[in-house]
Amino acid sequence: MSFSPSQEAIELLDNLLPSGAQQRRRIYERVVQTVLMCTSFITVIVLFAVAGSLVPPTIDFFQEVSFGEFFGRTEWYPLFEPPAYGIWALMSATFLVMTIAIIVAVPGGLAAAFFLNQYASDRVRRYLKPTLEILAGMPTVVFGFFAVNFVSPNIVQKLWPFGEVDFYNALSAGLVVGIMILPMMTTLAEDAMNSIPKALIEGAYALGPTKREVCTGVIFPSALSGIIASIVISLSRAIGETTIVLLAAGASAKFTLNPAESVQTLASFIGFAGIGDQETDSTGYRTIFAVGTFLFIITFILNIISIRVVRRFREVYE
Amino acid sequence: MNETTTPTAQSLIASSLSKGDGNIPGVNSGRAAQIVMEARDLSVYYGDFLAVRQATFSIARNEITAFIGPSGCGKSTILRSLNRMNDLIHSARVVGTVLYRGIDLYGPLADPGEVRRRIGMVFQKPNPFPKSIYDNVAFGPRVNEKFTKSELDGVVEDSLRKAALWDEVKDRLKASAFSLSGGQQQRLCIARALAVNPDVLLMDEPCSALDPIATGRIEDLMREIKSEYPIVIVTHNMQQAARVSDMTAFFSVESTGDTNRPTGMLVEYDRTVDMFSHPHDERTLSYVSGRMG
Repeated sequence: MSFSPSQEAIELLDNLLPSGAQQRRRIYERVVQTVLMCTSFITVIVLFAVAGSLVPPTIDFFQEVSFGEFFGRTEWYPLFEPPAYGIWALMSATFLVMTIAIIVAVPGGLAAAFFLNQYASDRVRRYLKPTLEILAGMPTVVFGFFAVNFVSPNIVQKLWPFGEVDFYNALSAGLVVGIMILPMMTTLAEDAMNSIPKALIEGAYALGPTKREVCTGVIFPSALSGIIASIVISLSRAIGETTIVLLAAGASAKFTLNPAESVQTLASFIGFAGIGDQETDSTGYRTIFAVGTFLFIITFILNIISIRVVRRFREVYE
Repeated sequence: MNETTTPTAQSLIASSLSKGDGNIPGVNSGRAAQIVMEARDLSVYYGDFLAVRQATFSIARNEITAFIGPSGCGKSTILRSLNRMNDLIHSARVVGTVLYRGIDLYGPLADPGEVRRRIGMVFQKPNPFPKSIYDNVAFGPRVNEKFTKSELDGVVEDSLRKAALWDEVKDRLKASAFSLSGGQQQRLCIARALAVNPDVLLMDEPCSALDPIATGRIEDLMREIKSEYPIVIVTHNMQQAARVSDMTAFFSVESTGDTNRPTGMLVEYDRTVDMFSHPHDERTLSYVSGRMG
């Protein structure tokens, strides 16, 4: 018995074959898909381009300056004679400014996030959220001038209890960097809290606790992975902040953890030296790339940690 | 307080049962003394929308009360207004009275936290905290009272035993609550609710996410603990209402004309036996006989 397709089957097959218009639609779809894909790959390309442009001058730099000198000393005078390339002067300042910023932003951001998430009425939320976004969108140079012209003379110099304060100081810079990252910290932490299933929060309230007890006992542990991630992201933002630190902390690279002193961080050195008049083929010029690579590696590691933390501690609801 | 409320409670029972033949066996004036909670003309609004209007019923010791009715009839809304869970919804507004042992739960004397501690709740889907089994049960006692470590251990064990979960988890109290099965998680949530030693237990469709075996265990558990904790259960499952409850309240919906969202209402409230065998309201009859909803 041989198989012969019925008339309906033949008609159905005809209908399934693409017409001219359908084929054009398919080609168009392909084009759109390709364009969208290329656009999304731009970020990847830029990442590799940045990394690639940092590597050759950095390699050149380390042919002139030894690892031992770079990582073993605490004096940093790359643009003077005789030069000194001890990265720890910049590292100590970076650590100092970052720590001050985090001390401001983490408690402040968490408190604001708890408030927005559990305490604020709908009306307050409606005003508070856009205000935070305005703060987040403010140019950092404005923050920098705020630090120099307001925070340093009116707050830090007046209230610092332990002796002299430089006009340019790490504390003003750190405080204002903290304020700058506060909205981001708040938003990210609040997003983490908001992603906890409502049923879980209701379950907590059904046991009779106060809002504070729900915040500390249920919301904080439930949103912990997101909160840690928001801290790490804020941290890498604080480390990379250039303008505020450049304006407020001055340009004297020294190995110190005294917040009252003028300091130079990794980022603010790049900003400072980058606008200076370095010869393009000098060790001083290549220093910028070496420090840039170092900064890139630090923030890269921080971001990897944040991704790991989120994966490791994420509570899977449903 | 009790002296002042007993007459009202009696009149309430009388009025709610007046449609019956007046002398229902098992529901006599003795029940009035056992009343723990009563709702009078309880209406709930969401914004301008009247979700449920004027429900009147009472909850007595040693009884399981079932709320049945089609979707949107407001049974969960009413349940959640019995321990002020509706406070968490900004637009919700409660009109009418809920008395708990003679105290108005929406009056100036009532603290929402204390109300919820005394009137516990178990939810539709198991909602354990992302903590250990032990910490889930210990959360309520920790925030409500000062316990020593050994006292707390006792409360946790006691609550897990009441929830018929102790034998299954006693060797892994430090394990995450998420490692339990759905049915175990729901029993954990019951243990968590019992750990604060409530006076009444509200259950909002507690078995809707569970398989029949897990459902059976929760129902057994309800029968075991009802002598200690009066239970109010919202259920979509009429067989479940018939199996476990002593009293049944049937809610339905009515269109109010000016809005296309129908308002829920309490149609009939009576002994479960009567509700399922010879209800007085035509609508109850058609619902329990499966012709509606």
